[in-house]
Amino acid sequence: MTATLFFEQLLNGLQFGVMLFLMSAGLTLVFGVMGLINLAHGSLYMIGAFACAAVVAVTGSFILGLVASFIAAAIAGVLIEALVLRRLYQSGHLDQVIVTFALILVFSEGTRYLFGSTPLYLDIPDALAGTVALPLGIEYPLFRLAIIAAGLVVAAGLFFAVNRTRLGIRIRAGEADREMISALGVDISRLYMVVFALGAALAGFAGALVGAIQSVQVGMGEPVLILAFVVIVIGGIGSIGGALIAAILVGITDTMGRILLPQAFALITDAASANAIGSALASMLIYILMALVLVFRPSGFFGQRV
Amino acid sequence: MKTIKKGLAAAAVLALIAGAANAEPTKIGVITTLSGGGASLGIDARDGFLLALKKANNPDIEVVVEDDQQKPDVAVQIADKMIQSEKVDILTGIIWSNLAMAVVPSAVAQNKFYLSVNAAPSQLAGKGCDKNYFSISYQNDNLHEAAGAYATEADYKKTFIIAPNYPAGKDSLAGFKRYYKGELADEIYTQLGQTDYAAEIAQIKASGADSVFFFLPGGMGISFMKQYAQSGADLPLIGPAFSFDQNILQAVGDAALGVKNTANWSKDIDNAANKAFVEAYLAEYDRLPSIYASYGYDTANLIVSALAKAPVSDADGFRAALESADFDSVRGKFSFGLNHHPIQDIFVREVIKEGDILTNKIVGTALSDRADSYVEECKF
Repeated sequence: MTATLFFEQLLNGLQFGVMLFLMSAGLTLVFGVMGLINLAHGSLYMIGAFACAAVVAVTGSFILGLVASFIAAAIAGVLIEALVLRRLYQSGHLDQVIVTFALILVFSEGTRYLFGSTPLYLDIPDALAGTVALPLGIEYPLFRLAIIAAGLVVAAGLFFAVNRTRLGIRIRAGEADREMISALGVDISRLYMVVFALGAALAGFAGALVGAIQSVQVGMGEPVLILAFVVIVIGGIGSIGGALIAAILVGITDTMGRILLPQAFALITDAASANAIGSALASMLIYILMALVLVFRPSGFFGQRV
Repeated sequence: MKTIKKGLAAAAVLALIAGAANAEPTKIGVITTLSGGGASLGIDARDGFLLALKKANNPDIEVVVEDDQQKPDVAVQIADKMIQSEKVDILTGIIWSNLAMAVVPSAVAQNKFYLSVNAAPSQLAGKGCDKNYFSISYQNDNLHEAAGAYATEADYKKTFIIAPNYPAGKDSLAGFKRYYKGELADEIYTQLGQTDYAAEIAQIKASGADSVFFFLPGGMGISFMKQYAQSGADLPLIGPAFSFDQNILQAVGDAALGVKNTANWSKDIDNAANKAFVEAYLAEYDRLPSIYASYGYDTANLIVSALAKAPVSDADGFRAALESADFDSVRGKFSFGLNHHPIQDIFVREVIKEGDILTNKIVGTALSDRADSYVEECKF
């Protein structure tokens, strides 16, 4: 493999990692602050993508589509928080898993009812189409660079919001001791609604951005959900910085594993079986990574010790 | 809901009365995927099937439809229920090969007929074939073989081939290689359900290939083609029809324009049956039919034609009637091989734009009168 290809793949890994961060940022916020396991996070991601595709189809503006994805997912988030999840904060995680799994089914079939079962069309905006020449002769799609930029902006924004604002202080206080903060006069249920809406909006935003390079279809959120859980477990639940680092680590491990493992096996066996073994092992790689991280740091990189 | 139930009950009563008046009704169980990510395939197959029955207007045919959720265990449960409590005579509808492998062997072992509208894994065409199992669509390898034949004919010397790492993906690449005479730039397996192909596309661009063959069904193909076009790669793409279906093309957009794909049906095949099918489907459902709809439509017409010759209770007579394939296939030429899989032409299509709608146009024939590679292993 040439150096150019190697660095291009490294960039692909970074880009995939930032994409994973966008998908998991909302999840880690909700899970960390509210202690709520929300399997329907993937549905909010899907709602964002569908809202964006629908608005772009009517208006032709990708920016409006992004705004719509943010708002639609936030509204869906507020609704399910107020109508369903609010009753579940005191129950165990198993109840939350069952109820939010039911929400996945409701949202999937609801979306099918509204939009039909065929995938929707959503393309990248013309302004971000095409490729850019990077050093080493790498031709890289501009939109993927934009995804990296968007992910880093979201990371910085969340980091600032959690560490430098009054809302952030309350969020962190709620994370530490939710009885005490409500005793101090903070309206905890309102705080939770804001956090959940923010998490949902981030999921919707990610769905719209990533939907432009993938397939916008019913059920698109579920594969993402599994990866997002891997990311937040490795990063440490509730930690924005941890999620960013873990997402990039997972992205690079997955991408480089997919490329390098078949080539490594080709050194010791014939090409056909090297491809088969290599790609089978590559698909397990991030779970092996997760297991290894958990052996040495049971609460992930930045999780609170338990 | 209540009115629907009442309507159904009334229909059932009517069907019973009609049945009593004539011969015993034939009951067909359709098990297909109607929910989840793969639903559009099952919905189309069902709609095509029901359209043909509606046109045939045979009061002695009853149909039950159930959703398998693309899960083998659910499909097996439904099949058991349909066979044991609903007493169906014929089963059909399954889209996915892994579900077919879970349902078909036990259904035919209980002397039910199974007619496949799509899935046709090699196991059921070769050693595991059965006298009561028919595939109306193809044998799984067929469209990939045709793509290999097309790549050879187009004089590609160095094709990069890519498929997901699961049984149908491996069958696909094996099928392509069976008819491809050139050299392979590389052969890679991706993860099933993978959504990001940046790494694979970078490999393709660096490999020095002159063409790319890909089998990535459903959302995977949409993601791949969008990202391929966005990356600035411009090598010609070849694929089986699955990624170029009427429904999928609109989601891919202009990124699919000009791509060559292989199929045994296309809406522009010039025969009366096909014209009538496309028009009736458009009128009934307000959308263009997909390849799965055409398989469903042919399957139902085959059943209707066979029932006209022999009732399903006369198993040998009914089987012989199916074997004769005495119906007007929307594909034009259609007959069964000894292992009950089709012998048919497989075409090369090109993605074009008709007004604002992306669609396919036949540009040639890749394989004529193609049966399959497993027929010799099949002994009833």
